[in-house]
Amino acid sequence: MAGIPLGIKDLFATRGVNTTAGSRILKDFKPRYESTVTANLRKAGAGMLGKLNMDEFAMGSSNETSAYGPVISPWRRNDGGNAALAPGGSSGGSSAAVAAGIAPAATGTDTGGSIRQPAAFTGICGIKPTYGRCSRWGIVSFASSLDQAGPMARTVRDCAIMLEAMAGFDPKDSTSLDLSVPKWETGLSSDLKGKRVGIPKEYRIDGVPADIGALWDRGIEWLRDAGAEIVEISLPHTKYALPTYYIIAPAEASSNLARYDGVRYGLREVPDGGNLDAMYAATRAAGFGAEVRRRIMIGTYVLSAGFYDAYFTKAQKVRTLIKQDFEKAFEQCDLILTPTAPSAAFGLGDKTADPLSMYLNDVFAVPASLAGLPAMSVPGGLDEQGLPLGLHLIGRELDEQGVLNAGLAIEERAGFTAKPARWW
Amino acid sequence: MSLIDAAMPGMLPVPNRECIRQAVRTGMALEAVINRWSRFDRKNYFYADLPQGYQISQLFHPLVGEGEVEILLDEKDESSTKRVGIERIHVEQDAGKLMHDQHPTMSYVDLNRAGVALMEIVSRPDMRSPAEAGAYLRKLRAILRYVGSCDGNMEEGSMRADVNVSVRRPGGELGTRTETKNVNSVRFVMQVIEYEARRQVELLEEGGSVAQETRLFDPDRGTTRTLRSKEDAHDYRYFPDPDLLPLELDEAFIEECRSSLPELPDAKRKRYEGLGITPYNASVLTAEVETARWFDAVLEVGAQPTQAANWVVAELFGALNRLSKGIEESPVSPNQAGELLGLVADGTISGTIAKQVLEIMLETGQGAAEIVETRGLKQTSDTGAIDAEIDKILAANADKVAEYKSGKQQLFGFFVGQTMKAMQGKANPQVVNERLRAKLD
Repeated sequence: MAGIPLGIKDLFATRGVNTTAGSRILKDFKPRYESTVTANLRKAGAGMLGKLNMDEFAMGSSNETSAYGPVISPWRRNDGGNAALAPGGSSGGSSAAVAAGIAPAATGTDTGGSIRQPAAFTGICGIKPTYGRCSRWGIVSFASSLDQAGPMARTVRDCAIMLEAMAGFDPKDSTSLDLSVPKWETGLSSDLKGKRVGIPKEYRIDGVPADIGALWDRGIEWLRDAGAEIVEISLPHTKYALPTYYIIAPAEASSNLARYDGVRYGLREVPDGGNLDAMYAATRAAGFGAEVRRRIMIGTYVLSAGFYDAYFTKAQKVRTLIKQDFEKAFEQCDLILTPTAPSAAFGLGDKTADPLSMYLNDVFAVPASLAGLPAMSVPGGLDEQGLPLGLHLIGRELDEQGVLNAGLAIEERAGFTAKPARWW
Repeated sequence: MSLIDAAMPGMLPVPNRECIRQAVRTGMALEAVINRWSRFDRKNYFYADLPQGYQISQLFHPLVGEGEVEILLDEKDESSTKRVGIERIHVEQDAGKLMHDQHPTMSYVDLNRAGVALMEIVSRPDMRSPAEAGAYLRKLRAILRYVGSCDGNMEEGSMRADVNVSVRRPGGELGTRTETKNVNSVRFVMQVIEYEARRQVELLEEGGSVAQETRLFDPDRGTTRTLRSKEDAHDYRYFPDPDLLPLELDEAFIEECRSSLPELPDAKRKRYEGLGITPYNASVLTAEVETARWFDAVLEVGAQPTQAANWVVAELFGALNRLSKGIEESPVSPNQAGELLGLVADGTISGTIAKQVLEIMLETGQGAAEIVETRGLKQTSDTGAIDAEIDKILAANADKVAEYKSGKQQLFGFFVGQTMKAMQGKANPQVVNERLRAKLD
């Protein structure tokens, strides 16, 4: 990676360089430490081009929750209009920068689709590795049991190279996997002979545009063409994945974000004559945006005495069922192919009034996050509005190679060369 | 100050292997169940001394399960034993410290203690009086110090007690309890119990009821007051810490913990008694790990156990008390003590001279043999010299000799004393006795 200038999502602590997590509460916060992942990238020779905007604390699917304003996607619809589109989120700065050719690649993080959905929205590649492959040390926590870093780049090969540099065991992160990093780049092969690819019937949901179904079918044909056998599989608990995610992730976030209290660093608001509690309330009210406050409240609620079992314990059980769905499915297949997102990029402001419609963006991405599995989005084509659509590959635990190889097979066959017209 | 303990953004905790090891060894010393699988939970609440906004603790699956501690209700009565049950030991993070006296309008937070691992040892409601609680705490502290998992220093806060007290009529159900937090001496713990029990009894006798609440101890007044009631209790929103994996202990780890345990107070006391040491001396010598280690070192250099025990308890402790020194600061080393005791045992010096020699040792740091040699303190069994002094004394005290001979046997001691004095204490007392009897009887 010598000399490659990378964009770095502002969730990664970078020594001496502002690290805000897209939040007002960390405005001007300069860590005196460097995240393990960015340190690994620097060790591999890469440089940092700059820090990239993101949804506040990685909570969002459109990069509109950032305290520093939204990111506008470099893509425009082909209707001649100038509607500003969302680059996806939460790694929206990363997806936009790579799609616009500002940076050859960027780091992202993915808690419930935050690498894959923005990659799909902007016509680039992005992979979330198996949970534990990349150290979380020095990445501002959102939901600890789900957060994973990964690369966002123009090609599958670039993703393989960059992931190799990012991953590795870190004794400073107890959830880091003590395994050597495979040579993913040299292992790349688009020959899928002997591989079985599962198509989960539960992912055919109502309300998804025809373009997306059509692309999925093309993806199936491409993988068959690459030598894979296609099998239908069932992931019966898929419909519970999103509600489960929206209990577990906010629960962990409500606790992880408690440290932003105005006492030691970051924003501090002290109302006249106010006591400690008043300082907490004022600091957090001024420092957190609406979506972050919403998730802290949801998380606090589901962990509260009297509601814990009904929500948090139940969600943990369903999470196990979802993992078991995948384990059973992988008895019949080696990889799973789905669309990445249920729509192409939407306009800024289109979904901000309705959090549930925003959350639905990650309906296909979230199950792999809950199961900790490696998953990748690869561009497959444009929809009828001229906007990119992504195909989503989910692999077995630790089988990033299988995911990358299938991604390469799609990339070779999709011939996706579209770029946004330069308007900026 | 660690970045993790200050809860900087993106910082992650890892379990401290040595702390887990010490907690497991402590559990073993309390004969407790060691849980091969345990887990960390977050206890969430906001306070300025808690940087993360949560404390990493173990609510649902603690590291150590049930155990027990045997206490002596009467130090001098071996049969007065009582077992106090241990419910669990869990490990958790300590908080920082707020300082309100450093600035006219601001409070400061000292994070040096934040994140330090601590063990919470939860006992069963088995203690029935302030004295029993005191005995339990002292015993527990002794065990912790033997194990080396805690120095037990309550004044410095390295051991603190949360004291739960309830009262009941004889034979009745346990009453509603109050918890008094962070009490930092054995004496204060006993005061809290005394005060709380009286307060609760008075409440009940006036027809009131005891509120389940958290209380604070005021050491200046010796009283407790409400900190927060049950209604104000935090909802801590405990949940498994997603930053830490469950802790699984393997056999090798457990085995190392077990094999590195030292001989514990009860076992040591029994061993000492087996050597002929009196139960009282054995109990005194094993109460503090420093004393026991020191005494073991004396035994190792070959001292006779009962003689050594008597000497340490009677002579050395007295001397150290006068010097206000603990045994770990004793100017006399176990080796030197062994040498001194050896000189008494082989008849080189008398017990009386040994006292003098000890004083000189404490003053000068010289060895016992050297002192005896250079100061000519060697005991003499030279019957010629002794006889000569006896003859002089008997001649000078003819009246007393007459009284003795007419039946006043108690005067024998007077003649012994006079002879020893004349011999400057260096005469072998046995020889003096023999010679006196030969001449008088």
